[in-house]
Amino acid sequence: MARYFLRLGRINRNIKSENMFSRILIANRGEIALRIIRACHELDIETVVVYSEADKDAPYLQLADEAVCIGPADCAKSYLNIPRIISAAEITDVEAIHPGYGFLAENIEFAQICQECGITFIGPPVEAMRLLGDKVMARKLAQQAKVPIVPGSDGEIKDISDAIKLANDMGYPVIIKAAAGGGGRGMRIVHNDISLRSAYNAARTEAEIAFGNGSVYLEKYIIEPRHVEIQIMADNKGNALHFYERDCSTQRRHQKMIEESPCPVLDKHTREKLCEAALRVIKEAKYVNAATVEFLLDKNKNFYFIEANTRIQVEHPVTEMVTGYDLIKWQLKVASGMPIKMSQKNIKHNGVAIECRINAEDPENNFTPCPGKITKYIPPGGPGVRVDTHVHQGWTVSPTYDSMIAKVIVHQNTRAAAITTMKRALREFVIEPIKTTIPACLDILSHNLFVKNEIDTGFVERNF
Amino acid sequence: MAEKDIDLKKVKELIEIMKQNGLEELEIKQGDQKIFLRRSQPQSSAGPIVTAVPMMRQEFVSPQSSQSTDVVGQTTAKHEENLIEIKSPIVGTFYSQPTPDSDPYVEVGSSVEPQTIVCIIEAMKVMNEIKAETSGTIAEVFVTNGQAVEYGQVLFKVRPD
Repeated sequence: MARYFLRLGRINRNIKSENMFSRILIANRGEIALRIIRACHELDIETVVVYSEADKDAPYLQLADEAVCIGPADCAKSYLNIPRIISAAEITDVEAIHPGYGFLAENIEFAQICQECGITFIGPPVEAMRLLGDKVMARKLAQQAKVPIVPGSDGEIKDISDAIKLANDMGYPVIIKAAAGGGGRGMRIVHNDISLRSAYNAARTEAEIAFGNGSVYLEKYIIEPRHVEIQIMADNKGNALHFYERDCSTQRRHQKMIEESPCPVLDKHTREKLCEAALRVIKEAKYVNAATVEFLLDKNKNFYFIEANTRIQVEHPVTEMVTGYDLIKWQLKVASGMPIKMSQKNIKHNGVAIECRINAEDPENNFTPCPGKITKYIPPGGPGVRVDTHVHQGWTVSPTYDSMIAKVIVHQNTRAAAITTMKRALREFVIEPIKTTIPACLDILSHNLFVKNEIDTGFVERNF
Repeated sequence: MAEKDIDLKKVKELIEIMKQNGLEELEIKQGDQKIFLRRSQPQSSAGPIVTAVPMMRQEFVSPQSSQSTDVVGQTTAKHEENLIEIKSPIVGTFYSQPTPDSDPYVEVGSSVEPQTIVCIIEAMKVMNEIKAETSGTIAEVFVTNGQAVEYGQVLFKVRPD
């Protein structure tokens, strides 16, 4: 393996607090593994990163203090394999594990095993994860916290006649969702009794296959909603702070493409109520560490809780840019036992940040994944531009993993300036010869509905 | 890899010293630099062969990279092709013998068959017995008792029958 980086001495010997971890393991890969390594370097925490054989040449492995191969490319034998990851944690004698996002980040069994092995899981306590991880239980919790939820079934749908009665009571259209799911799987939107019958069975089957749990519930389908989420951080002393919102309405098939902060159509009053509602849900669950509470905003500015994500999210840099705080460092500090001493009024929102996710997919060909070797790679730069990626010239994008290869985040004083800078950055960004979603992002950013803030979660699929 | 500039004047001086004193090989270490000079036989080439070898900076420790310095056993099998590698199928701690007091399962020269247990790798308090899965003679041992091993790490090389 060629060596690329200067040996890093300890950067910050004096800054580490007493309780801070001296060494942690990062149970993830790619850009988020690198992101966590960077935060650890600045906090003087030693890092161990695990990798599969497919990632053996990733340069970020050399930025960690140790890298341990845990298996072949197949996720089940590597990044999703709890025994191998725990084993790696034991032989490298780490105090904590950061699970990143995806993979085992929201796996209750993994969090539990970490606890039993005396390893701190950098995330919520098992019980909080259990309460908020199940979508049906989370809805109940939100109701307890007096947070409006999307009208829907009171728990799992027992059978098709149950579903039909409820759908007619609420009024069509309705959406069927998997209780154990996410990422758009096990979801079906239906407009009448006939399509409900077939969709109900199809959704149950899909949920069973994807999540091992066929339970589904029903919600009223809100027409042309915006997706607005609130970033929260909570400590183990009951303190919780919000870091304002992100608007993630630019989605394709329930996968986010572009995220921004602030939500361009929120007024001050609604924002306050949203943030307070999010904090209530988190406190009701006795949650600790980073979370995101997701809502739908309808055209009348009513908001409805849909779910909570019990992990750090892909789009966390958007919030970092507008608030000036490093969320990964906060996660590490909270997990090591440091209480949050800051008060809410110290968290200010500045300017506008936008993030574009760049995937190795062909937008002209139904976004078919395009793995392969990147022979030419020139990332953008200049004022207001941040690029979070593990990818470089010569990197081979593997078909085994997620197709996201980079995130471009821009921060400017106004939304118009942020859009201008993002377009400039995307035009500078060279990734060849594989196809990427850069042209699709440019098209969206130039669309007059996007510019005028007249978008909703169906905007991309209707117009592109 | 970045190398500090070699002082050519110094090298020439060293060559002179070697010639004057009839030395065939000379190795000098200074700080993180090492110079190794070997004079070839007068009839075979023009002058001494000069190889400047910068000392490696301390490498990031991956258990994989330390394997070459932990060779146990009397002879290393250099340049032998067709040796079969026995690699670790899991992440854990390598033990060469069943208990601290017993003899190792195998050593260089031990004969193995597919079902022969060659070592134990402990993972999460479970002692996994690792089988040779091949027939032959142990040619080389790459790890020491108690060493942490990762997935795919070479443990032994076997000379097939």
